[in-house]
Amino acid sequence: MSLHAQDDPELRRAQEERLRAVWAPPQGLFLRWSDTNNDRVGVWYTLTAFAFMLFAGVLALIMRTQLAAPDNDLVSANTFNQLFTLHGSMMMFLFAVPMFEAVSILILPQLLGARDLPFPRLSAFGYWSFLIGGVFVSGSIFFNAAPDGGWFMYPPLTTRTDLSGLGADIWMLGLSFIEVSSVAAAVELIVGVLKCRPPGMRLNLMPLYAWYILVVAVMILFAFPPLIAGDILFEMERLLNWPFFDASRGGDPLLWQHLFWIFGHPEVYIIFLPSIALFAMLVPTFARRHLLGYPWIVLAAVGTAFLSFGLWVHHMFTTGLPKISLAFFSAASEAVVIPTGVQIFVFIATLWAGRVVWSTPLLFASGSLAIFVIGGLTGVMVAVAPFDWQAHDTYFVVAHLHYVLIGGTLMPLFAGLYYYWPMITGKKLSDRLGRTAFWMLFIGANLTFFPMHFSGLEGMPRRVFTYPAELGIGGLNLASTLGAYLFAAGVAVICVDLALSPRRAVGKRNPWDAGTLEWVEDPGDDTHWGVRCVPLVTSRYPLWDQKDFVKKVDEGRFFLPDAEEGRRETIVTTVLDARPLSVIRLGTPSFKPMLTSVALGGVFILTTYHLYWAALVCGFATLAMVLWWLWTGTAEIPEKECKPIGHGIELPLYVSGSSSPGWWAMFITMMADATAFSGLVFGYYFFWTRHDDFPPEGMDAAPGMFWPLVAMGGSLASWAVTVAAREVHARGGVGAARMLLVAGIALSAVGVYAGLAGPWLAGMDPEAHVYPAIVWTLAVWTAAHSGVAIIMMGYTLARSLAGRMTPRHDAEIRNITVYMHFLALTAVVTYATIGLFPEVA
Amino acid sequence: MKRGLPGWARRLRVTLWTLIVPPTTWAVHFLFSYLWASISCAKVGAFATVPVLFLIGTILALIVIAASGWIAWMQSRTPGDAPPHQDSTDVDRLRFLAKSTLLLSGLSFVGVVFTALPVVFIGDCR
Repeated sequence: MSLHAQDDPELRRAQEERLRAVWAPPQGLFLRWSDTNNDRVGVWYTLTAFAFMLFAGVLALIMRTQLAAPDNDLVSANTFNQLFTLHGSMMMFLFAVPMFEAVSILILPQLLGARDLPFPRLSAFGYWSFLIGGVFVSGSIFFNAAPDGGWFMYPPLTTRTDLSGLGADIWMLGLSFIEVSSVAAAVELIVGVLKCRPPGMRLNLMPLYAWYILVVAVMILFAFPPLIAGDILFEMERLLNWPFFDASRGGDPLLWQHLFWIFGHPEVYIIFLPSIALFAMLVPTFARRHLLGYPWIVLAAVGTAFLSFGLWVHHMFTTGLPKISLAFFSAASEAVVIPTGVQIFVFIATLWAGRVVWSTPLLFASGSLAIFVIGGLTGVMVAVAPFDWQAHDTYFVVAHLHYVLIGGTLMPLFAGLYYYWPMITGKKLSDRLGRTAFWMLFIGANLTFFPMHFSGLEGMPRRVFTYPAELGIGGLNLASTLGAYLFAAGVAVICVDLALSPRRAVGKRNPWDAGTLEWVEDPGDDTHWGVRCVPLVTSRYPLWDQKDFVKKVDEGRFFLPDAEEGRRETIVTTVLDARPLSVIRLGTPSFKPMLTSVALGGVFILTTYHLYWAALVCGFATLAMVLWWLWTGTAEIPEKECKPIGHGIELPLYVSGSSSPGWWAMFITMMADATAFSGLVFGYYFFWTRHDDFPPEGMDAAPGMFWPLVAMGGSLASWAVTVAAREVHARGGVGAARMLLVAGIALSAVGVYAGLAGPWLAGMDPEAHVYPAIVWTLAVWTAAHSGVAIIMMGYTLARSLAGRMTPRHDAEIRNITVYMHFLALTAVVTYATIGLFPEVA
Repeated sequence: MKRGLPGWARRLRVTLWTLIVPPTTWAVHFLFSYLWASISCAKVGAFATVPVLFLIGTILALIVIAASGWIAWMQSRTPGDAPPHQDSTDVDRLRFLAKSTLLLSGLSFVGVVFTALPVVFIGDCR
């Protein structure tokens, strides 16, 4: 396609027809739910997360009503426990994190000039998992079965089934299910940012939102898996009586706190950074200038991400750890102020240096900064261990965390809502209602939470359902309750504004006159193709800096302006310099993602009710669905090698290895898997450090060295065989590669058998003591991974036999090799730990 | 590239991986410090009087961070336009990443010093 050809309006119209047809959403009452396009799934996701926020907000209002007066008896202590547990859990897991994913799925493709993210069906799968898990968890309160152990679920209160009912299982299993969707979204977003940028958008031109998303998605990969590991141990204790947190059998409740807060503290930054990223988009727009100090923002995002992992123990300052340990975490908590401060100053400096347009989104943004700074300052206070010993578990901490979360997450999201609503719907929200809502929220938040500093210092503990009048904090609590109602009324005004939106007329395109790519498309028309053509980007603010940019996009003068073969496509580029690498075909609407998440949901939900056989059936159904999905929807051999994308450039339609998004998805998923595994290994060495009876007398030789070393050998051999198969296959030795895969399956089976034989033949009883329990856990984890390797190799073999994998088209074997690298590492660590370490120690 | 940069450092490419070397070093040092403290307190039962191991680890971390900062600084001086490095060119991308790495080195250096300080001020395991 030459530039010249695009001058022909007939051709352009024909191209648009084809694009429109290819990207048309499925219609009909039922079929429309099979959609996978980001503009539909992103909207569902956002609305669902918003609905969960409203629900969790109502729970908070009930709590504040209960606390309005001393000795109130509106709700019982039991109900109150359910209310605050569900409020915290929902705001974190069903609002803040999913909202970040939802917004990113919605706007990231546009921001990157891509037609969609690389795995649209994965987004849909994440959404359905989120919806099912979310309804399951939040609905429990209507059956008086909601979790009631606090959103941190500290054992032993929560692991003892006589002290906590079904609620703890609902929390663990329901939220584990939702964590699956978080990790899925993280994979999607990382690959999207790294591989789907438009040509020319090198790393130094990436929109800051994309930088933040990249950083946050990577944080999810390292933060969520330790919680998943903790959840596994937790449910093993509840369902199978394996004593990980039971001190009477060598366990330790502190292990849960470690695993929970290794997730829990970074989590705060996981929800803070994307909201700040929205600032990074709207501040330059309203300052009418480029953002100052672009590398400083990258410093702030990356620096905060790293430091935030060194803070988890500051939630555990009062657990009696050695002071020297506490001091390390106190130091890291103080250090995180540096990057956090940097980003706030960058925004202030940009506004200072620009010609500011005072719009509603900017009002929300600046108001939230003010609130956030107060929360940050009290954060410095509680990071100092001696102060924390005084303020711990009082309302002072409640005040601190709500200032941080409302200033750092909620209000920026409202700023983003007012800013991006015209991009999604084409209509602006009301300035008058927006400003009214802002002031109600701003005053309401301060009135609610500022008095809590004082009620905390006066001695009001957290999580109490009432307090005596003699404490003298009735007035402070009444003020907080009034503030909460004002805040809720502010949210209601925003809801009214949103509800009125469908009646309003479509406004002009790019109403804020912003400079970044997401404003290129006209939301007013009925196109769902993401971008009319993938642009060539040479500036951070192409709409401001590149001549006739929007016109050229509209006329399809950049890349891939057509869909000749009737396929949904986007361009894949290199990580550093965004050089075009290939054209990929994207997943089309399908019910497979939804059905897969229903099947997987069955595994989690049925396990909650101890219906193990039914859960097992759902497990097999999930596996079958995944295989069906992969077989029919991935690594398709295209009808031709290359296709032109315009300007004389031809790109291949099939790539494998590190150039392909699939390989990256596997690599990133395995990073998450390895992190979860390291959480379990941490458990083993944690017990060893803290307990002299680990391993206990009489069990110190188990499971012996023989079987673990055989299992290690089998796993390493199957890894070596897979690598050999990949190499032989690439050189044309299809038959030899198939033989090697068969050998790999046999060797992995040795890994499964020998891995389990160690603890089994040593007669280790996991219910007796934590040592056999953790040894079994590591062995089962690794053996299960060897089992998955068998399935993967079988699948690859089947693809080869079916003619769907050839030496030129070898994505499957390259992807499973990545898996095998991680499996080899897992096997070495596991079997060295359970087989060799007891000998050394 | 000015003189003073050895050949091997000049050949180092700036990638996303080099960007995370300084903070990763901080993370490794942090983990090392925590493990050193908790294992020596739990297994030896006392704070090591002469924390030689800790000292070596800290100096090593600071050297790695300082070295990657220095390399990044030299690379950020690759001839080209003045900041803000916002053109779609190889040089601008390299200088942007080098500068970001340099800034992260500074932050990580401070982070390591912060982490090391408690050992100076707290002398026991209580």
